[in-house]
This record gives sequence, C-alpha cells and structure tokens, in this order.
Amino acid sequence: MHHITTKESIYKLLEQVFDPEVPVLTILDLGIVRDVILGKEVLEIVITPTYSGCPAMDMIEVNIKAVLQENGFEKIKIKTILSPAWTTDWLSEDGKRKLLEYGIVPPMGPSKSKRALFASADAIQCPRCNSAKTEMLSQFGSTACKAQYRCNECLEPFDYFKCH
Amino acid sequence: MNYKLNYILHLADNALILGHRLSEWCGHGPVLEQDMALTNIALDLVGQSRSLYQLAASIQDEGKTEDDLAYFRDVIDFKNVLLVEQENGDFAQTILRQFLFDAYNFHLYQKLLKSSDKQLSAIAEKSLKEITYHLRWSSEWVIRLGDGTEESNRRINEAIEALWPYAGELFIPATYELEAVKEGLGVDSASLKELWSTEIKNVFDEANLEVPEESWVQKGGKNGIHTEKLGFLLAEMQFLQRAYPGQEW
Ligand SMILES: [Zn+2]
Repeated sequence: MHHITTKESIYKLLEQVFDPEVPVLTILDLGIVRDVILGKEVLEIVITPTYSGCPAMDMIEVNIKAVLQENGFEKIKIKTILSPAWTTDWLSEDGKRKLLEYGIVPPMGPSKSKRALFASADAIQCPRCNSAKTEMLSQFGSTACKAQYRCNECLEPFDYFKCH
Repeated sequence: MNYKLNYILHLADNALILGHRLSEWCGHGPVLEQDMALTNIALDLVGQSRSLYQLAASIQDEGKTEDDLAYFRDVIDFKNVLLVEQENGDFAQTILRQFLFDAYNFHLYQKLLKSSDKQLSAIAEKSLKEITYHLRWSSEWVIRLGDGTEESNRRINEAIEALWPYAGELFIPATYELEAVKEGLGVDSASLKELWSTEIKNVFDEANLEVPEESWVQKGGKNGIHTEKLGFLLAEMQFLQRAYPGQEW
C-alpha cells in the first residue's frame, strides 16, 4: 500500500469530497465519515447516510473513491453503516458557519426528540436581515435535511438545516 | 429461514409501495410546500425499502440485488398490506392512508429497535427518525382537514369510510410474522393495536372526527392476495426494468 500513510492524511484527502447537494460542506463537515481503517491491503472508509433516501450517497461514494485513487490508493472499500443513526449534532462548527454564509441557517441547538405532535418549530433568525420574525412553512424542504422558512420582516423565504 | 426473508420483504414492500404511491404526487401537490413534503416522504420510504431489500437479498443469498427484488417480482410475491397500495384519491385520502400507516409504522419500528437481527435494528433506528416526521405531518393534516372547512371535513370523512376496512389487516399477523416474533426478529403486529388505536383516537378527537366501529376487514396483502390496484402500480413501476433489464442510470 501507500508509504507513510496515516489516518490523518486520509482525513485530509477526504476534505476534498463535498456534499453534492450542499456543495459548501465537505463530507467531514457533514459528519458522515464515521471511520477510516488502514488495512494491510485495503483502505476502508466507513460512512453513514444523513437520511435513508439521500440520493447523494452513491455520488459521495464515487467521489471518495476518485479522490483516493488519484492519490495512489488502489484497493478502497466503502462501508455504509446505519447505526448509530446520523444526527445534526455531528455537523462541524466550521460547517455550520459555511452553511450560514451560503444562506442556509444551520441547526440550532442539539438534536431533540421529534415525538411531540405540534412540537414548536425552532426559533430561527433570518439569514439575510437577522430578524427573529420568521415562520416555518414546511418541515420538508428542497432536500431531506432542510425545512422551509419565511422571514416576515424582509419577506424572503430561506432554508433551515433542521435538527435531526 | 424463509420466515426471515418473508418478514423483511413484508417490511420492504410496505415501504416501497407506499413510497411509490406518494411519488405519483410529484408535480401534482395542492401547493408547492406540500408537493415537496409528499415527495420527501416518498424518498424516505423508498430509501428505507432499499436498506430492507439489501438485507433481504443477503438473507436470500442467491446473488440477487435490491433491484431484482423491487422490479422482478410479481403481484403475488409482494407482501405489503392492502392499505398502502390503495390509490391516492384526493389529498384527504392520501393524508388519511398516510396517517393510518404512520401511526402503525411508528410503533412497529420502535419495537424493531430491539430486534435480534442487528442489521434490522439498525435500519429501524435510522428509519424511525424519519417516520417520526411523517407521523407528525400526517397527524397535523388530519386535524387541519377534519377541523377545517365543511368541504375538507366531508372529504376526510369520505376517506375514512373508504380506507377504514383496510386498517384492520395491519394487526392480523401472517404466519411468517408469528415465526419472526418467536425468533425475536420481529414484532407481533396484534400487540400494536392498542397503541395504534390510542394514536388514532387522540388525533381524531382533536380533528372532530369519529373513530368508526370495528367492522369487516379486507385482508390478504401480507400473503400476496392483493387488490387489482397493485397490478397497475407494478406495471408502471417495473416497466423500465422489465423492458430493458439491467438498465442503470
Ligand atoms: Zn429577513
């Protein structure tokens, strides 16, 4: 295999793989890389999906392999695990900052139980004018990980990366 | 071993068929936000079915893939409950079908967390977070429609009348379910009835809707005896793979 390879160097390479749906986030920012296993012959990357139906996962796998192959790794195995289930608690602080700059409000607070019927929607600040006068339009947005909000001050709709 | 395969296929078929039904709404939702909600839920369910079909294929161990199981089985092989194959109807009927199923699925998957099969309990853990959103959404809409206008109330009542006979099948376990319970793999669906009934009653109360009396139950889906509607659904869903086997994106 590669000479002087460390886990850290692999993680460094994975910083080049972005989420195809929210292209400002790397897969490390998203928190979906769960482990890197340096075997004798095979390099194994363990990932977990954000949502069961996330259509980006197949593309992410392809992109991980491409980046590693470009860097001389030949035998790469991508393993997908479902447990523990992904949570927005695993988003990096850097990732949250990048989301906001991109116009998507990052998840506010820790992931909480969604059991309550009519649980109050999270209080969210408008990413454009910072007004707190916003309302949730739908808990389902343009991708599974987002909810739709509207600012009642500047009237702009915006995405919220919802707690999960 | 067969009970295990059948049990997983039953769960997978429920998710895929309901997911496909919801996907038929794509571009036809009453408003944009709800069009997206319907298709988001469709995507979750199809995603869940993929995990389950992958597990089924590994149990089967015949070299088949998730796609083989979704696209190359016939009506009689599908083990989904009749409820999920019922047509979308109007928005009220889609909402009610979703609510009756979500309320069941939510409690089922909570118990599947303790399945003796590690992969199934991992799928349950993942799916449950999504099903929780679904149940909240469908509950809210049942209340909105029941407690809304005269027309929305009439429509949701028509939906209750049309779909209620299909709800009972959820709680009549098939033989493979009973075997799966014995082995610690699955959940006794009959044991979910009380939890489900409470869920339904709470939401119906808030929606000013009456819970119908127990009556005639339509059943058979779990054992491959389906309404004619599933045939039409599969004809569309499976067309591409039947016409061009092995096609990929
Ligand atoms: Zn604003």
